[in-house]
Amino acid sequence: MTYLTLSITLIFVVIPLVLSKTLNLGLERDTIIATIRSIIQLLLVGFILKFVFDSESLLYIFLMVTLMIVAATHNARNKGASIQGITWKLAATFVFVEVLTQGILIGLNITPPTAQYIIPISGMVIGNSMVLSILFLNRFTAEVESHQDETELILSLGGTPKQAIHRQLINSIKASMIPTIESQKTVGLVQLPGMMSGQIIAGADPIQAVQFQLLIMFLLLTTAAVTSVMLGFMSYPTLFNQRMQVIQRS
Amino acid sequence: MTMDYKPAIHFNDVSYSIEDNQILRSITGSFPEGKITTLVGPSGAGKTTLLKLCNGLLSPQKGEIFIKGKKISDFEPVELRRKVGMALQSAPMIGGTVYENLALPMELSGDKLGKEEAESLLQDVGLEAKFLERKITDLSGGQRQKVSIARTLVNKPEILLLDEITSSLARTSLKEVEELIALINRKFGTTIIWITHNLQQALDIGDYTWVMMDGEVVETGESGLLRAPVNDRVKSFVQGGAE
Ligand SMILES: Nc1ncnc2c1ncn2[C@@H]1O[C@H](COP(=O)(O)OP(=O)(O)OP(=O)(O)O)[C@@H](O)[C@H]1O
Ligand SMILES: [Mg+2]
Repeated sequence: MTYLTLSITLIFVVIPLVLSKTLNLGLERDTIIATIRSIIQLLLVGFILKFVFDSESLLYIFLMVTLMIVAATHNARNKGASIQGITWKLAATFVFVEVLTQGILIGLNITPPTAQYIIPISGMVIGNSMVLSILFLNRFTAEVESHQDETELILSLGGTPKQAIHRQLINSIKASMIPTIESQKTVGLVQLPGMMSGQIIAGADPIQAVQFQLLIMFLLLTTAAVTSVMLGFMSYPTLFNQRMQVIQRS
Repeated sequence: MTMDYKPAIHFNDVSYSIEDNQILRSITGSFPEGKITTLVGPSGAGKTTLLKLCNGLLSPQKGEIFIKGKKISDFEPVELRRKVGMALQSAPMIGGTVYENLALPMELSGDKLGKEEAESLLQDVGLEAKFLERKITDLSGGQRQKVSIARTLVNKPEILLLDEITSSLARTSLKEVEELIALINRKFGTTIIWITHNLQQALDIGDYTWVMMDGEVVETGESGLLRAPVNDRVKSFVQGGAE
């Protein structure tokens, strides 16, 4: 695709702008900001990727992955402000998920240890882990809030903090994993996954593209499970003190 | 308070606050062992907070609480909460059935509650055995309170803290529960501390009474004090609040 044809695709931005204007949706500003940001961010990423791929240096791969983790942590931590030390818990979760998935992929020779594989796969894993942790933290905060009296009941009967929060923890872990599992049940029936579509358009053999898509989907199942379980078990103890009491806030 | 009895719980200059909000101020006093002490006072006086301090759901920032002479901070939290049982004000329930709720204290320590034992507990609080398989969501407010009391008894606590456990009960049920608590007190020598907003109840069932206002204990003594309080604020509370 040439830059000229790419710029013609801006028609697809003009259509929502016109609709927003005529129907008074008030979305013009956000649409324009979104367009400009996506152009700048993606072009920037493209150039960086080209540079990293050309250099074939492990250091650059490492730096890119680190950057992804930092950005994901920053993005997700605003959602779990009420949990103490959430920044480090998120960062630890993303690092663990990344090391686990790449460890298996590279360790078992499923994908080669090159930038071409490590960077896009890490992006998908860390990106999904980030979305999962936001889902989990939202749900967990809400569960804890709405079941405070149950927590207090179990503690008052001589239960441990873990017993007192167990149900809320399990509910939140489950709830945050369900979208990942559900979306895999219908995959391919309604829409082709973005990555697979991209590969096919770029000329890859569809069966090859499907194989990769399956790999990614299985990877995302692990990502979802490990993210919410790990974050959950690191988060709940911060709600209690040494005397097995719920930490009180005015 | 009279010192004829050994204290089951003793408060020594206890204060409790949440951040800048002082909720209990310099509480000193005892709850006599083997007796029923009623705890009355206007809404927001700090009664619930005081009971939560006794079973270790909260800890004071200042002062010391003793349970049968032993510092409360020297207890293991789980041990303390089984020994000093509490029926919470809102009678909270875990979901599921009445049986699951009654079995909860056992389950928390890895034990099982036998069906017969559960049925006899229900009977004690005046509920028929058929309630065992009822869903919690199908219970009335009064039935929930009865289940809550029965559940608190499962741990066989030495000290029983009751927070407004009869507020939703009809007159006959209320008498049944009062009799049950009096029976437990007589039969097992269980020390009872009972928060109630029903001053007639406080007078009828209490050996002793504490009156609390604004985070302070303003009057203590034999429950008869409610007929002729010394403190002016207590006097107007008793006249205004009697039901
Ligand atoms: N978690 C909390 N955060 C802030 N304030 C609290 C908290 N718990 C209790 N309080 C405040 O402490 C005061 C005493 O509350 P407490 O529940 O002990 O009163 P009470 O005497 O049991 O009242 P009631 O008869 O209405 O049950 C109240 O003003 C209450 O608003
Ligand atoms: Mg209360």
